[in-house]
Amino acid sequence: MLRLEKRPNPSKIWAYLAPVLAVFATMIGGGLMFAALGKDPFEAIRTIFYDPLFSEFAWYYRPQLLVKGAPLIMIAIGLSMGFRAGIWNIGAEGQYIIGAICGAGAALAVYPAQSAFLFPAMICLGALGGFAWAMIPAILKTKFGTNEILVSLMLVYVAEQLLASMSLGLLKNPEGFGFPGSRNLQQYPSAHNAELWAGTGIHMGIMFTFIAVIFAYVVLARHQMGFHIRLTGESPKAAKFAGVNPKRLVVYCLGFSGALAGLAGMFEVSGPSGQISIDFNVGYGFTAIIVAFLGRLNPIGILLAGLLMALTYIGGEIAQSSLGLPSAAIQAFQGMLLFFLLALDVLTNFKLKFASVGSRP
Amino acid sequence: MDLSSISPTLLVASLMVAATPILLAAIGELVVEKSGVLNLGVEGMMIIGAIAGFAAAVGTGSPIIGFLCAALGGAALSLVFAVLTQFFLSNQVATGLALTLFGLGLSALMGQSYIGIKPPANVTLDLPVISDLPILGPILFSHDITVYAALALVAGVWWFLKYTRGGLILRAVGESHDAAHALGYKVVKVRILAIMFGGACAGLGGAALSLVRVPQWTEGMTAGAGWIALAIVVFASWKPARVLLGAYIFGGVAVLQLNLQAAGVSIPVEYLSMSPYLITIIVLVVMSAHRNKAALNAPAALGRAFHASR
Repeated sequence: MLRLEKRPNPSKIWAYLAPVLAVFATMIGGGLMFAALGKDPFEAIRTIFYDPLFSEFAWYYRPQLLVKGAPLIMIAIGLSMGFRAGIWNIGAEGQYIIGAICGAGAALAVYPAQSAFLFPAMICLGALGGFAWAMIPAILKTKFGTNEILVSLMLVYVAEQLLASMSLGLLKNPEGFGFPGSRNLQQYPSAHNAELWAGTGIHMGIMFTFIAVIFAYVVLARHQMGFHIRLTGESPKAAKFAGVNPKRLVVYCLGFSGALAGLAGMFEVSGPSGQISIDFNVGYGFTAIIVAFLGRLNPIGILLAGLLMALTYIGGEIAQSSLGLPSAAIQAFQGMLLFFLLALDVLTNFKLKFASVGSRP
Repeated sequence: MDLSSISPTLLVASLMVAATPILLAAIGELVVEKSGVLNLGVEGMMIIGAIAGFAAAVGTGSPIIGFLCAALGGAALSLVFAVLTQFFLSNQVATGLALTLFGLGLSALMGQSYIGIKPPANVTLDLPVISDLPILGPILFSHDITVYAALALVAGVWWFLKYTRGGLILRAVGESHDAAHALGYKVVKVRILAIMFGGACAGLGGAALSLVRVPQWTEGMTAGAGWIALAIVVFASWKPARVLLGAYIFGGVAVLQLNLQAAGVSIPVEYLSMSPYLITIIVLVVMSAHRNKAALNAPAALGRAFHASR
């Protein structure tokens, strides 16, 4: 009979091993799912994980890895801070949308003026927009004790409606022949988040993503705020005695993750996506939750997990066109990954013991 | 704009239909939370129920089989949550989120060939004379049977929690799992049963949406209904009768804004569509402002993992 015994300290080896094993378990589980859909599981898994990196068209897909991974990593970095301290911002999707609306709105307001200051201003406004949107659950939490999970999530639906309203009304392209959606920022040089080196896919947002990773690493490892976050997560009682102000922590964590999600939205709308439209958001804010957990809430881990998740997005798109795999399959695949990770994590905190029922004291 | 086109009788009648999916999901989640488990996967279980029920109803032509399959689908997905949180002791918040993300993906996958199909009509109550009464008829006596089933379920849950031994054990497990364990109750078993009941209810709620309320299948059709159900449990401070009140208030807002859209009020459609979510936030704030009263009622062991070390 199998029995669980609590480890005195979480196992370091299993903490690293669990995500890797979870990915393999997901490949098997996903393969079974694809087989159930009538696709060749081996070909599907190869298309998703191998083709984007090493097939003959990999030169096209490799830059996409950064383009798709950057927003995921940036949002997940922000979320991980709060998740560590037990502050659950799950409305990053909404903050992402608001950041994009604010950033693009600033550019469209002054169209067609050209200025070197426009893009920096958009960056600031994008971050501010996401920050402000995240402050709603933060302030409601600190003032009234309202549950931040539910409020931040409700605000996603509000933001989606606002996005629809903006792309049909205020920000609609006046020369767009009545189609919904704003002007394309890719054709507006001052506001365009262009590739820094042609063909690499690297744009300003990717630079900011690396900065965010380093910043989060330093804060967590070296700064007092990072220490407070870790302390609160590991022992809320000890944090209380140590004089950690929980309200400040809520504002800080939600504000930081909101600003990063807003930034991600701003860089997306001014670069790869180009315009505000009804279907601008594609669920990065939710997938980033998986990225944050898969990366062990650790900045470096998140960087790797974000790239892996971007791989499944790109591989999923290839599989969609070459194998006819439905796009929703990838979403289910990503959800499955989180399940396996959470299940395997039991081995980080517990030891498996073989014991007969009779030997129990 | 013509507000006189909105009939109060029809408004009340349709709010009961609109509230039913959320009511079903919320009453299930109430039982789960009473047992001390926080399952944030309601949205995922609801949408799995919506597509499982829809597919079964279309396949067999019988809405009743559809509802049965919806309950089974919701319960099956909740079993994944139960195994992960009760045996593998995973974080309940994270696992609930995973359930929602997975459910949304899987349902979209299952529902691909069902877009644009009309489901078979469900049975509506039609009593001679009584259903044709002027105002009471449409409000009380001519609904789809799910409306009555949901009301009966709320009453049943209230009775179970308050007057039966099983209900007492469930509440004991939710208040202090260690004490319940020491008394010899099977904490894990009770919680797994509660989680599966919650999953079945959420599944039924999803089917009420795809078979009765809308009735159609579209990807992501729950649009936050599962999360609103979670908010309603908080609003109700874990009391079944107040879950009913919360769900009907929410249903009222949802129906009223649709009526206002139809009546051509000068507020843009998008802002009216926001209103149910904004009202949910406001309700949550009002409830948590008197937090001492509300929090007093929350199950003491809510969201805490149980591991019997001996």
